[in-house]
Amino acid sequence: MVALENTDTAGMTAGMTIDVQAVSHSFELHGAPLPVLDGVELRVEPGELVALLGPSGCGKSTLLRLIAGLEPPSHGRILADGRPIAGPDPSRVVVFQDPTLYPWRTVRDNAALGLEARGLLRSQGHRVDEALALVGLTGFEKAYPHQLSGGMAQRAALARALVNDPRLLVLDEPLGKLDSLTRLAMQSELVELWRRAGFTGLLVTHDIEEALFMATRVIVFSERPARIKADLPIDRPYPRHRGDPVLTELRHRILELLGLAETW
Amino acid sequence: MSVNDTAAALPAATGGALPNGAPIPSALPLRFSAAALLWFAASGMTALWPDAPDAQEWERTGEFASLLLVAAGLLALAAPLSAILRPAPRGWLAATTAGLSASVPWLIALALGVIGWEILTAKLNLLPRPFFVPPQALLEVYLDDWPRLLDCFAASLRLLVTGYAVGSALGVVAGVAIGWSRAVGYWVHPVLRLIGPLPATAWLPIAFFAFPTSWSASVFLIALASGVPVTILTWSGVAGVNSAYYDIARTLGASQRFLVLKVAVPAAMPHVFVGLFMGLGASFAVLVVAEMLGVKSGVGWYLQWAQGWAAYGNMYAALLVMALVCSGLVTLLFHVRDHLLAWQKGMLKW
Ligand SMILES: Nc1ncnc2c1ncn2[C@@H]1O[C@H](COP(=O)(O)OP(=O)(O)O)[C@@H](O)[C@H]1O
Ligand SMILES: [Mg+2]
Repeated sequence: MVALENTDTAGMTAGMTIDVQAVSHSFELHGAPLPVLDGVELRVEPGELVALLGPSGCGKSTLLRLIAGLEPPSHGRILADGRPIAGPDPSRVVVFQDPTLYPWRTVRDNAALGLEARGLLRSQGHRVDEALALVGLTGFEKAYPHQLSGGMAQRAALARALVNDPRLLVLDEPLGKLDSLTRLAMQSELVELWRRAGFTGLLVTHDIEEALFMATRVIVFSERPARIKADLPIDRPYPRHRGDPVLTELRHRILELLGLAETW
Repeated sequence: MSVNDTAAALPAATGGALPNGAPIPSALPLRFSAAALLWFAASGMTALWPDAPDAQEWERTGEFASLLLVAAGLLALAAPLSAILRPAPRGWLAATTAGLSASVPWLIALALGVIGWEILTAKLNLLPRPFFVPPQALLEVYLDDWPRLLDCFAASLRLLVTGYAVGSALGVVAGVAIGWSRAVGYWVHPVLRLIGPLPATAWLPIAFFAFPTSWSASVFLIALASGVPVTILTWSGVAGVNSAYYDIARTLGASQRFLVLKVAVPAAMPHVFVGLFMGLGASFAVLVVAEMLGVKSGVGWYLQWAQGWAAYGNMYAALLVMALVCSGLVTLLFHVRDHLLAWQKGMLKW
């Protein structure tokens, strides 16, 4: 695999600090407010890879949208490197649950989206091919999204994010729809990538094993409205092993926190 | 395209009856010969059978018979060719023969139709005149009146293309603006709802009075007729764009301009083309009416003029060319769409 050039500061200093301060958020549903986030307090240090776990519909994706700057929080504030987030910024890139490639663009043109939007395609076009090589899509540059498998489409979405050399990569259940084999392989690849590029990572997942295998920290949320129930550091070296007894013990604790201990 | 594919497959198949009771491919030269024979018959009948004595004398009967003879000769040539070229090697000759072989049933039916037409009109004079004319009357028009026909079609095309281009361009812009901007939508939507369903021809009296020339009035009417469906469908296309497309582009640093031109417009393209097809159909109708009632040139005017002089041969001749031109324009639009929307699932051709 080809490493992406780190154009600015290399290594662990490339990551961004995210500071979520007393954030509450609610939507309007049938005329009544629907509280989704309830006083979320979270600080993510540069270079961390933090997994967010919680029941479906509790508000994880909403928190990611706020951090991406796609919506402002109803209460509280979110700081990126100490400055309040005012809107989306290419230094904070999201990979959504659905790959959402543009069907009218080829894989290469999809991956080039960020550079094109910022007028950097001329000068930095080579980064597109590097990113596609990184996710193993060399040879599919000219394919259209409908010609890709689910896993390939998700890789293309990842390449589209990585081309921008983000300092914060937000992943919203990026592997949720993949078959289990592809998923295991991509978990390892994502960890590799994160360790080499040094960005800060936020990973929403509903798979406890995945969180434990990949993250430096696991945040467990309550039912909606989401509150932080537990903040568990995973102090294990990489590359990790799925059979690690420490991880097994942590898994038990998380299941307990989610009220699923009896399935153990 | 699919017709050509089937045709190309025909000579290559080795024996066995095809579905729908089609004859086996080895009968292909035979079928070509049958078609050629019928065209010969049509030619001979036209030339040798004297016209009905009570009918007017038709000029160009000899030329028409020669034309039929040429068609018969070409088909007779295709018969041995189709035998030689089997199994089909590549090349334009083989492709042409294959394409022709798919239309053999049509060629036979056409020959029968011409024979019937010729007998009922010129030979036996059984149909009321002057409403029915024999085929050589059309040929006469093409040979004698072609400069005027050409003028009329050129004028019509100029008018149509101008009006349609203006209408489509404004329609796309208006549709995007309504779909994008709440303020534009607030003001334009009610107007569009009120005026949109009105047939463009209803504006005809006002347009001819309000515009300085009948030509500019006609451009306005055609632009209106094509612009309304393009506007509505572009708008619905833009309104229906998956909002996740915008989220993606915004997190990657896209400007408003980029969101409109590189996200909303391409995503709405399939809808836009539905509107363009509807608009093209509407613009044909308005073109003819506008030319019949106001502009003193063009196909509509020619049809009107032919009817006034009871020159039904001229009318049929113009109608035939018009059908070919309109169908050609629709085909052209299909090609543009296939080219621009090649990314759509199932439409891609490598
Ligand atoms: N735009 C919206 N308008 C109204 N309700 C929403 C909106 N987006 C999300 N919600 C609601 O907020 C809750 C949390 O959603 P989400 O953050 O997507 O959950 P998850 O933790 O599964 O990612 C859900 O109940 C969902 O219905
Ligand atoms: Mg979610």
